[in-house]
Amino acid sequence: MRIAYFCCLGIVVLVASAMLVFARPPAGGTITGKVSYTGTPAKMKPIDMSKEPTCAKEHNPPEKTQTVVTGPGNSLEYVVVYISAGEKPSGPPSQVMRYDQKGCMYTPHVLPLQANQPLQIYTDDPVAHNIHPMPKLNSEWNKSQPPGAPPIEAKWEKPEFIAVKCNIHPWMHGYFAVVSTPHYAVTDEQGNFTIKDVPPGKYTVTAWQESYGTQNQEVTVSAGAATVNFSYKALPY
Amino acid sequence: MKKNVITSSILWAFCLVIALPGLAIAQDVGAHADGKTGDSQSGKALYRRFCVGCHGEEGNGLGENAQWLDPRPRDFTTALFRWRSTPTGNLPTDQDLYDTITRGIVGTLMPTWKPLNPQQKVDLLAYIKTFSPRWKTQKPGTPIPIPAETPEVIESVLHGRELYDKMACWKCHGPDGRGDGPSAPTLTDDKNLPIRPYNFHDGTRFRCGETNQDLYKIFMTGLDGTPMPSFADIIQPNDAWDLVHFLRTLQPFVHSKSRELWLQYAKTHPDIKPIGVE
Repeated sequence: MRIAYFCCLGIVVLVASAMLVFARPPAGGTITGKVSYTGTPAKMKPIDMSKEPTCAKEHNPPEKTQTVVTGPGNSLEYVVVYISAGEKPSGPPSQVMRYDQKGCMYTPHVLPLQANQPLQIYTDDPVAHNIHPMPKLNSEWNKSQPPGAPPIEAKWEKPEFIAVKCNIHPWMHGYFAVVSTPHYAVTDEQGNFTIKDVPPGKYTVTAWQESYGTQNQEVTVSAGAATVNFSYKALPY
Repeated sequence: MKKNVITSSILWAFCLVIALPGLAIAQDVGAHADGKTGDSQSGKALYRRFCVGCHGEEGNGLGENAQWLDPRPRDFTTALFRWRSTPTGNLPTDQDLYDTITRGIVGTLMPTWKPLNPQQKVDLLAYIKTFSPRWKTQKPGTPIPIPAETPEVIESVLHGRELYDKMACWKCHGPDGRGDGPSAPTLTDDKNLPIRPYNFHDGTRFRCGETNQDLYKIFMTGLDGTPMPSFADIIQPNDAWDLVHFLRTLQPFVHSKSRELWLQYAKTHPDIKPIGVE
C-alpha cells in the first residue's frame, strides 16, 4: 500500500517536472500597424545612371531616389519599427543577413539586423562597386568589390542606423538598421508592418524613417494582436 | 576604539588622495613610438602651443585656422585616420601617427614637425588619444605585411594596367590618372566636403610618402574617411606590386624603370586598348 502511494507520488512529481521543463512559453502576440504621413512629402526624382551605362540599361523607366518612398493611402515604405524598451536583452542570432547590389542599387534599401549578427554583402553586378558604410558609433570601413568578388563579411557591434554608400556610383544609398532586439519589421509598399512572436508585456515601440527620424509609442501585448500606428509630418524638401 | 576608526579613515583618505593622480594616469591609454613612452599631460602643453590653432581646443579639427584650410585639419574625436599601416576599419598604430607628425602631409597645411624632438612627438600622441573614447575600447589593428617588391618588368606593368581597368580605379582617378574620372566630381569625404582623387599625372609625392611601399600601403589599407577603399581582400600581394608599377607609369615627373619600359612598349604597340572603354 505504501509502495503504491509513493509510486503514485513519484509519477506525479515526474510528470509535473516534465511539464515545467518542456512547457511552451505563453503564446506570442503580434504587433501590427501602419505608418503614414500628413502634409506633402518631397517628390522622389529619377536617378540618372548615364555614367554607368551597364546599369542604366537595366532600369527602364529609371529608378527613383528612395529617401521618402510613399504608397497608397499616404503610407510610408522602408520605415523600421522595433521594440526599443521593455524586454530582456537577447544574444544575437547566428542567421546570416544578406545585402545585395543589383543594377547599381542596394537591395533591400533598408536592412534591419541585430547587433553582432553576421552580415554578408554580395555584388550581382558586372561593374565594380565599393562598400562604404558611414557609422558614427561603430567603426567606419571602406572596401572595394569588383565583379565576381566574394561577399564581404561584416558585423556591427553597437545599435545604430548606418548609412551605406558607393563612392563610384553616387546615387547608391542604403541603410543598415542595427537594433538590439529580434522583434523588428520594415513597412511594405502599403506602409504595413507585423512584428511576430512578442511575449505578453508592456513595451516601447520605435519607428525610424531615414528623413523624418524616430517616434516612440507604448504598447501592451497580450495573447492576440496589438495595433500601433505611426504618423509623420512630411516636409516638401 | 573611536580613535582607531578616525585614524584609519584619515589613512584611507590620505591613500585615496595619493592614488587619485595614479587613477587619472591609469585612464590614459598611453603612446609608444620610436622607443619612447608619451605622457599626455606634457602633450597637452605642446598641443596648446603648436596644434590648437588648426585642430581646435577640443581636437575636433575646428581650430581658428580651419575655416581657411582645404583639406580641413584632422578631427581627432572620431579617431578615423587616413594614413595607416593597419587594415580598413582599424585604428592606426602609434608609429603611424608618429610618422605623420614627423613627415607632415604633402599638399596640406600640416607641416613636418622637425622642431619637435621624439619625446615631444610621443607626448603629443598620448594627448591626441584623449580626444576619442575609441582608443580605450579598441586596440590598433595589426599592420599589414608588405612583402618584398617584385621585379619591375613590362609584364608586371601590363598586368597592373589590366587591374587598373578591371578594379575601376579609372572611374575616379581617370584613364590617364589625372584625377578626372567620371565619378570624380561627386566625391565627398567623411565630413561631406568635396574631395579630389589623387592626380598621378601632376603629382610626384603622395600625402603620406613617396616610395613604392607607401603606394602599396595606400590601396591595401584604404584611406578611412575618404572614398578610397581598401583592395586588400581582392588583390594578391604580387598583383598589388603590378599595380604599383603601373601607377608609376602615370607619373611623368617621377623617374621610374616602369615608366621607361611602358613608354618603349607604347611606341611599338600603338593600338593598345585604352583604359575605361567598355
